[in-house]
Amino acid sequence: MADTSKVIEIIKKIIADVDEQKLFLTELDNVIGDGDHGINLARGFDAVAAVMDTFEGKDIGAIMKAIGMKLVSTVGGASGPLYGTAFMKAGAYLNGKTEMNLDDFIGMLEVAIDGIMKRGKAVKGEKTMLDAMIPALDAMKESYGADGDAKKALDAGVAAAEEGIEYTKTIIATKGRASYLGERSIGHQDPGATSFTLMLKAVQALA
Amino acid sequence: MKKIINAVDQVENQMIEGMVKAFPQYVSKLDCGNVVVRSTKKEDKVALISGGGSGHEPAHGGFVGKGMLDAAVAGAVFTSPTPDQIYEGIKAIDAGKGVLMVVKNYTGDVLNFEMAAEMAADMDGIEVKEVIVNDDVAVEDSTWTTGRRGVAGTVFVHKIAGALAETGASLDEVQAVAQKVIDNVRTMGMAIKPCIVPAAGTPGFELAENEMEIGIGIHGEPGVKKAELEPADQIVDTLLEKILADIDYSGSEVAVMINGCGATPLMELFVVNNRVADVLAEKGLKVYKTLVGEYMTSLEMEGFSISLLRLDDQMKELLDAEADTPAMTVIK
Repeated sequence: MADTSKVIEIIKKIIADVDEQKLFLTELDNVIGDGDHGINLARGFDAVAAVMDTFEGKDIGAIMKAIGMKLVSTVGGASGPLYGTAFMKAGAYLNGKTEMNLDDFIGMLEVAIDGIMKRGKAVKGEKTMLDAMIPALDAMKESYGADGDAKKALDAGVAAAEEGIEYTKTIIATKGRASYLGERSIGHQDPGATSFTLMLKAVQALA
Repeated sequence: MKKIINAVDQVENQMIEGMVKAFPQYVSKLDCGNVVVRSTKKEDKVALISGGGSGHEPAHGGFVGKGMLDAAVAGAVFTSPTPDQIYEGIKAIDAGKGVLMVVKNYTGDVLNFEMAAEMAADMDGIEVKEVIVNDDVAVEDSTWTTGRRGVAGTVFVHKIAGALAETGASLDEVQAVAQKVIDNVRTMGMAIKPCIVPAAGTPGFELAENEMEIGIGIHGEPGVKKAELEPADQIVDTLLEKILADIDYSGSEVAVMINGCGATPLMELFVVNNRVADVLAEKGLKVYKTLVGEYMTSLEMEGFSISLLRLDDQMKELLDAEADTPAMTVIK
């Protein structure tokens, strides 16, 4: 699925895509949150971009861990600790690997999601990034388990994440700042679910 | 957007630098980031750290000094500071008696402060406890929300817990009195004009010329409702009604804070307090102390909040204790 240089390529695409989408993500957050999701995430990934050259010669686990540390120390808000924790957990899971297959990716996503749930004390159905992440994980597991086709599994994951975004429009937020809006949060998609889907799409496009 | 800044990504930095240059006798900045600590570290006391997004000045850096905070950590505008910075702050101020974190109840703030506390405990064995301030009565506290927001009442926590820490009290005692303030303070705010986060460039919400937002949060988050603008006295009555219904203030002495959101003239804040004092007198509440001014702003938002703290003898004494900080001075 991906070796170290492919992972670096994917990270570069995520950096570029987050930057391109930062105003869109921020607009989504303006409606139901505090309007900084895109700005914060872009600041974090810009900081990752600045240290990309130190990734040379490191294994995938070390790269993911370094990204997590960078995000934790630059993003702020809720998404900093959440995405930071996710990347750090992923890094620990992939420790020493210079090549990963879809099984590794699924396992990595599983521990990352677990980290986010513990850190954010959140579960599925609260209008958060988890509402895209968990369906994506489940869909990839099912698809890959059925025929072992990595490409198809990633397609299924992205489709499920996009459905997850649509689902967040239909539910009331009970976590994060959007929760104060109560029913007024219905009709708006969750910025965190949206940014996760953007990252998964980068994996789908290049892996 | 029209602002007196140099670059949107330098605002927080240059604000902190400017604050430190203005008040070198009170505060200095750590090299690792926008962390402000007392310029003379006091030993043998519980250390207090607070912070949050920038844009709320003088909170929190302005309250670093004798009798209040030992450190304040400033994130990007309206964005929680990061765990590594909070951690550096905790390490810098720990004087062996533990550290109390005063955190406003926002998901980001809570996550980042708790991550920092874990780092300090795991790596340096520092005892860290926290209190979560949630004084805003505008939003409902239920299992369906993250809980109430922390707003201007936080400054009372800084003052009273800071005063107790200064006496050499234990971490448990300081945490307990901080929690007592939180249990007894309620706040509600309103705005007539929004603010613009520099990096966003556009207002976070819109209000028509004749509109106001009742129950606004300190980041311009929506509150209870948009309504047609009313005279000050009626606005005060609306806010006070909700505050007074939330806990039983009857027969108690209170401290009042009329807090300007950043672009509200003092003249209007005094007009507000004029009504607040009258209503409280009518209700038979004795005002022990009143603060009028800017304590927890929201950039250039035009509006105000009212905080009401129900006092007991301990809190009265600590409210009156000496404080010497850039933004609050109490002379004994």
